[in-house]
Amino acid sequence: MKQVFQKPESLKDVQTHFCPGCSHGSVHRLAAEAMDEFGIRAETIGVASVGCSVFLYSYFDVDVIEAPHGRAPAVATGAKRARPDRIVFTYQGDGDLAAIGTAEIIHAANRGEDITVIFVNNTTYGMTGGQMAPTTMVGQKTSTSPYGRDQNKDGYPIRMAELLAQLEGVGFSARVAVNSPKNVMQAKKLMKTAFQYQVEKKGFSFIEVLAVCPTNWGMSPLAANEHLGNEMIPYFPLGVYRNTSNL
Amino acid sequence: MSTKLFVKGNEAVAMAAIEAGCRYYFGYPITPQSDIPEYLSRELPPLGGEFIQAESEVAAINMLLGASATGVRCMTSSSGPGISLKQEGISFMAGSELPGVIVDIMRQGPGLGGIDASQADYWQATRGGGHGGYRIIVLAPSSVQEMYDLTMQAFDLSDIYRIPVMVLADSVIGQMKESIVANPRPVTELPAKDWAVRGRREGQSQNVVKSLKLGDGEMEAFHWKMHARYQELADKECRWEELQTDDATLVVTAFGSAARIARTAVAMAREEGLKVGLLRPITLFPFPQKAYTQLTRHCKRLLDIELNTGQMIDDVRLSVAKDAEVEFYGRPPGAGSLPTPEELLEQIKKHYS
Amino acid sequence: MSHIVIDETRCKGCGLCTIACPRKLVAMSDTPNSMGYTVAVFCDAEKCTGCALCAEMCPDVAIAVFKDK
Ligand SMILES: Cc1ncc(C[n+]2csc(CCOP(=O)(O)OP(=O)(O)O)c2C)c(N)n1
Ligand code: SF4
Ligand code: SF4
Ligand code: SF4
Ligand SMILES: [Mg+2]
Repeated sequence: MKQVFQKPESLKDVQTHFCPGCSHGSVHRLAAEAMDEFGIRAETIGVASVGCSVFLYSYFDVDVIEAPHGRAPAVATGAKRARPDRIVFTYQGDGDLAAIGTAEIIHAANRGEDITVIFVNNTTYGMTGGQMAPTTMVGQKTSTSPYGRDQNKDGYPIRMAELLAQLEGVGFSARVAVNSPKNVMQAKKLMKTAFQYQVEKKGFSFIEVLAVCPTNWGMSPLAANEHLGNEMIPYFPLGVYRNTSNL
Repeated sequence: MSTKLFVKGNEAVAMAAIEAGCRYYFGYPITPQSDIPEYLSRELPPLGGEFIQAESEVAAINMLLGASATGVRCMTSSSGPGISLKQEGISFMAGSELPGVIVDIMRQGPGLGGIDASQADYWQATRGGGHGGYRIIVLAPSSVQEMYDLTMQAFDLSDIYRIPVMVLADSVIGQMKESIVANPRPVTELPAKDWAVRGRREGQSQNVVKSLKLGDGEMEAFHWKMHARYQELADKECRWEELQTDDATLVVTAFGSAARIARTAVAMAREEGLKVGLLRPITLFPFPQKAYTQLTRHCKRLLDIELNTGQMIDDVRLSVAKDAEVEFYGRPPGAGSLPTPEELLEQIKKHYS
Repeated sequence: MSHIVIDETRCKGCGLCTIACPRKLVAMSDTPNSMGYTVAVFCDAEKCTGCALCAEMCPDVAIAVFKDK
């Protein structure tokens, strides 16, 4: 009898504060598995953003710096330039990365910083109570778009993986989802590729993960995952948008 | 070995940073401080350091936060609008007890203001500037030599107290050229940065640099701890210069560039036989309260001169003896608003009795 | 025999494992754990292949999977 699935070592053995069915737990686990795979736990520096994932240090067994809202790529830039032999990753939500932190992510990517960015897109501001995010779907009702997102006033949801793939500084950009076993397996593979880029010093890597926020979507976890597959994936297609080193 | 140099104030800052062991600089261009990033963009890479022209001052201060969190010496510099943008990061650094040197070559404001000399950011610098109730150490050089010396000391103070340090000057001192003696970095015993985030090596416990404090009583305890540290700063680190105050019946007080002009005016007054002295705070936080308290035991009249409508005067009034009178003369910032020594001499005479 | 072990203290009762198992071997119980969540239970050890899809879907890393051979 062989244990074929267990908690990765880079995750602490503690219960998270995430709501039932929240994708943050899955994304944490996939990132920790990638760290285990490359044996980099002891040399990794995580940069936490402000959002439901702010307690990164409570769950990952790695050193962590907490960044102001949206600034994680700048904080990671400073850390990586000062300690180029360490593995530095940021973990950011869609409000954090695609609204307040747009300048920081674009320019860190454009400079080709040797960091890995994990972007959790749940189409809402989870932590602050489900307000509209730059990734909120057209028509989606949130606490600040009670009539549904109106593309004429609020614009269209931003596709970050495609946008960043346009930049020469980017080595790897991909979008994955964690709503089904099949998608989780693909996410697992590409999460490893994202870290491999940094381990092999191949440049900036970005992985967008389509995620659910059952609490603020007002859905059961099962319904939320179904919704992700039916509504989000058609607008935010999964795939690898840039892979300069063909890893 | 000490070297004699003839350099601009801003260059002296950059040279002192390198001598202090700073190898990481993050900044964004803004007049009148751009000589600092220009100098460091040229000098840091050959030393194995890193220079980043950030996309904004917001990004620059957060790069500083990230680099400082890993335990290295690092610096940023800016002016007016850029310092405003940095306040978010400075608050987070203060909340995370991170060292770091921030150079502010003040310009006029509010808003875009103008690029001439100004002391309008005394309040912003000495009151913390960002949210949450914190203080940073503020050093106010008044010569190119002090730009060099105080920048060097800024790194030590920041590492010792784990508080960001601001070097607060303006375009007068930043742009002027003077001869200086570039002394080598003094040997100072510094505390080990065992809190730094470097990737937890095997066997070592996890290090976290953060400002979020949600534990029961955690935030209150932090504030009292910092309060005690500010008190320790006030006890140990106040610096000021006194000139001919012993027999003075009127003492002029001013900092930075205003103190340069005041110094000349005081010398002119002495030549005319007036018993006038100068008290120049060098640390604006901690403010040298004791110097004022002691001085006003025997000299009951002060003339505070600032390039604004009165900001440091708040601290002066809080520091003097109850029966002392504090007069004020200000020239709010603006092109052509720099007072002349003769103008200040006139003010001295007006308040001299 | 391949099987899974569900850590009841970690389970938040989200039910994602129940639809992940190709053999429908995981179901929700009525029993709440210490956090008040009704936990998932493993039903039929005979049929488990140890494919770990249930565990891959679990956001709370509550499932350990053991495989024969
Ligand atoms: C400067 C600033 N503005 C606003 C906030 C409040 N705030 C905290 S988290 C958050 C949004 C988080 O949403 P997201 O990044 O999508 O993360 P999620 O919680 O959805 O994972 C906001 C607006 C803040 N902390 N700082
Ligand atoms: S509010 Fe949403 S994003 Fe935040 S923990 Fe709950 S489900 Fe997750
Ligand atoms: S390991 Fe596979 S077969 Fe066994 S319970 Fe889990 S999903 Fe079902
Ligand atoms: S997926 Fe995990 S947390 Fe959700 S019900 Fe199954 S075991 Fe429990
Ligand atoms: Mg979000």
